[in-house]
Amino acid sequence: MAANQQDEPLRYPLPSPGPLTPPAEWPELRQKCPVAPVTLPSGDRATLLTRYADVRLALSDPRLSREGLARPDAARITASESGSVFDSPMARALNAEGHERWRRMVGRWFTAKRMRALIPKIEATADRLVDDMVAHGQPADLVPWLAFPLPVFVICDMLGVPERDRDDFKRWSDAFLSISKYPTDEVRSAQTRFAEYMSGLIEEKRRDPQDDLISELLAATDAEGRPMSDLALAATGQALLLAGHETTAGFITSMTATLLADRTRWERLLNDPSLIRSAVEEVLRHEPHGGFGMLRYVHEDTEVPSGAMLPGGTTVVCSMAAANRDADAFEDAEDMDLGRSPNAHLTFGVGPHSCLGQPLARTEMQTVLGVLLRRLPTLEHAVDPAGLRRLEGQLTTPLVELPVRW
Amino acid sequence: MSAVEVTVDEAKCCGAGQCVLIAPEVFDQRDEDGIVVLLAAQPAEQWHPAVREAASVCPAAAIRLTGGS
Repeated sequence: MAANQQDEPLRYPLPSPGPLTPPAEWPELRQKCPVAPVTLPSGDRATLLTRYADVRLALSDPRLSREGLARPDAARITASESGSVFDSPMARALNAEGHERWRRMVGRWFTAKRMRALIPKIEATADRLVDDMVAHGQPADLVPWLAFPLPVFVICDMLGVPERDRDDFKRWSDAFLSISKYPTDEVRSAQTRFAEYMSGLIEEKRRDPQDDLISELLAATDAEGRPMSDLALAATGQALLLAGHETTAGFITSMTATLLADRTRWERLLNDPSLIRSAVEEVLRHEPHGGFGMLRYVHEDTEVPSGAMLPGGTTVVCSMAAANRDADAFEDAEDMDLGRSPNAHLTFGVGPHSCLGQPLARTEMQTVLGVLLRRLPTLEHAVDPAGLRRLEGQLTTPLVELPVRW
Repeated sequence: MSAVEVTVDEAKCCGAGQCVLIAPEVFDQRDEDGIVVLLAAQPAEQWHPAVREAASVCPAAAIRLTGGS
């Protein structure tokens, strides 16, 4: 396996020079090698896309698919048999359901109207969490006091999952997102236990329906009057629980760290809170780590806008975070402009598979930011932000902690 | 002064709701599945900047504008 580095493709994921700094390779990749061969942690070869137009096409063109990642010739992220979140039993159950049908059955829970109705509850929860943090005293770690419990509360409330079980699904989620951090049998056992937990919860809701998403999905049918299968229901619960807290918690942490790292940003928002909406979009665009990216399987030869041909059978890794800093798509792409508009970043993907929960993530980030500016205007880093640490060995790489003062 | 004609592609729409948040006078979503509903195919000029922003950030590229400057 060990080989001469010059002959080997880049190893992916790329190392990051610092907690708030993107990989040094991004500019050169975008300019000189926008379609780059890479080696994944499994040892499989894939193709990394870093330009905006290429990533946009790969994520939305029907010649590439997510379902294709289950094919035997598709590249695997990890060598383990349990596979990654993209080829897990959960992903297979959701794929089997028919994506558009599934999306429309669940989409009603994520309308702008529903999100607006959630704001008072999100705000009250954020206020309560800030109260607790302030009572605890400074310095405090924003992750366990606010960034993690807030999205957990919101998604648990929406799904009808008891919040007391959060330590369990936090552990299962971490194993789910593992690239190299957990041994294979542990990942498989976490997947099984997560699925069992969700099946148990579904049975409970069937007996005693409540006013929540799972209870309503149990009773719901698609346009042809067919209900969702039990397997897909459990997978939906898992997927929403997983996606609903992990990435949002990471983004709340990263947003706060980034805005505080340059005081002029925080001051600008204090002076003009109407910038909160565009600031959240800019933070999402500018995210220096942005996780692993999204994978797609190429079903037939496809030319990307940068001119290269992706041969059928290729697995591509779309780095949305690298594409978000493409100077061809964004003026002064490396700079953070809190008023940037329009801001068609790719952080939530594009096309039919773009993030279902994006309106919820946006609403939570905007609400938390508003609460922090109002409650703790003197908020600041309690340690040098260059010394913050990211979680390694996972598909997402959130900051492990964020010590703050106020 | 220029008229802008807005069309939406329901089949492409992924229900992200960005358009409703940016231009609520022009776009809404169906309650049953979150798919876009066009409220004003020829919106008043004051909404044009918001409509343009909504079209450019739509993750499904489901909003099309014709006319205008």
